Amino acid sequence: MPRPKRPGEAQDVGAFPPAEAGITVVDWIDERTSLSPGIRWMLFRKVPKGINWAYTLGSATLFAFLAQAVTGVFLAMYYRPDAAGGAYESIRYITDDAFLGQFVRGMHKWGASVMIILIFLHMARVFFYGAYKYPRELTWIIGVVLLILTLVMGFTGYLLPFDQRAYWATIVGVNINGTGPFVGPFLSDFLRAGPEFGATTLSRFYAIHMLLVPGAIGALIGAHLYLVSKLGITAPPWLKAEPEPELLEHSEV
Amino acid sequence: MNQAQKEQYLREYSILKSQGKPFFPYAVAKDSIMAMIVILVIIFLALMFGAEIAPKADPTTTTYVPRPDWYYFFLFEVLRVMKNVPKFTPMATIGVPTICMILLFLLPFYDRSPERRIERRPIALAAGITTIAAMAFLTYSGANTGSPNSVDLQPPSSLSASQAQMFRAGELVVGESGCLACHVIGDNGNNGPGPVLTHIGSKLPSQAIASTLRNPTPPMPSFRNLAAQSPQKFQQLVGFLSELQ
Repeated sequence: MPRPKRPGEAQDVGAFPPAEAGITVVDWIDERTSLSPGIRWMLFRKVPKGINWAYTLGSATLFAFLAQAVTGVFLAMYYRPDAAGGAYESIRYITDDAFLGQFVRGMHKWGASVMIILIFLHMARVFFYGAYKYPRELTWIIGVVLLILTLVMGFTGYLLPFDQRAYWATIVGVNINGTGPFVGPFLSDFLRAGPEFGATTLSRFYAIHMLLVPGAIGALIGAHLYLVSKLGITAPPWLKAEPEPELLEHSEV
Repeated sequence: MNQAQKEQYLREYSILKSQGKPFFPYAVAKDSIMAMIVILVIIFLALMFGAEIAPKADPTTTTYVPRPDWYYFFLFEVLRVMKNVPKFTPMATIGVPTICMILLFLLPFYDRSPERRIERRPIALAAGITTIAAMAFLTYSGANTGSPNSVDLQPPSSLSASQAQMFRAGELVVGESGCLACHVIGDNGNNGPGPVLTHIGSKLPSQAIASTLRNPTPPMPSFRNLAAQSPQKFQQLVGFLSELQ
């Protein structure tokens, strides 16, 4: 006959019941981080009524960015930023020899175009819905910076295969930058890493494309999403707010 | 928006929000379906069109017409149109995009009306449609244009047919070599850091032009490789430049 449980004594349920192991891990993390209120706040906030498919364009852009990050990591496993021929050779290896290499490179290349289209569609939706107005001005500004950074990604990534198209198009691009007033010559010197277009230019574009801009984009997406969650998603502008019926009854009394 | 308008907006928004549904699972479900569509489109494009690779980059080649990716075609087209007016080229290539970006950046600060319905914002509607139409037009014409580096000069009428042919060929080499990044020829190119080449033929004999091309003053790149690898092109280049009287 089992001994009655004493106050303060844990019930004997065996070493570790499997069903509760997952909960225990989550509890262990939550006890130390207190993340769950934040996650609950993010997931169970309400979105206003009347939300349509145009509202998915922002998250679609985010998803395209994540796809670029994943395919980019796989490309980086093979790519060498070596202007003396290694860069072109590594891209040729990815395209012709590596398992699924051309597919992953194709996804990265076309994913860039898809991301640019989605970011412009998302911006058009926000513009025509007037969603950049009070109180969401800062969200819009961060979004414009994200647009510019995405275009920078397109520009710097274009050079990396170091084939003829990449090389000559980037020379034209850097020269265009150089014609700008005041900062133009400094900007093109910075991009070229010196007065001439050469080996250091490629590693500079590589570092910008792989580290600097993706890091900045990731951080700004975090800020953008925080503001979206905090301020709420805009309602479609044509919806009129009707107070709850019971509130109206009370006010008429 | 003044304080009363702000408060009214927040009040109306909180009513609409309270009548809505939770983000999870309703919005998340729609977003997930959209994410599936996005990844399927990317996979379809990757399988259909793949990723080709052009010949290896070669700084000494002079036959390559540079083209950017399609989302820079509009800039490419602006550059092509504006190179006819060298004085305003920086204005167009850097100035216009920069001004557009600043206008976009500051949009919430100069558009301060509380109205959100697009049919009651005629200026925003017109500006939005104009911008989309202009970008579409420039992208379309940029897709069908030649190189912004090409020179567009008529051969002098005093030349014989074979000399005129040489002139045309040399003009092409100049365009491909990117000389116009630093030199002005006629109405084309950037003024500086290199000297104006419009009348170089009357200042230097062709021997001197050829030796300058081989041993230039930095930062101008040397054309020694071109002379070694493709003497005919080098001859055409020298011939063209010495005809610039």
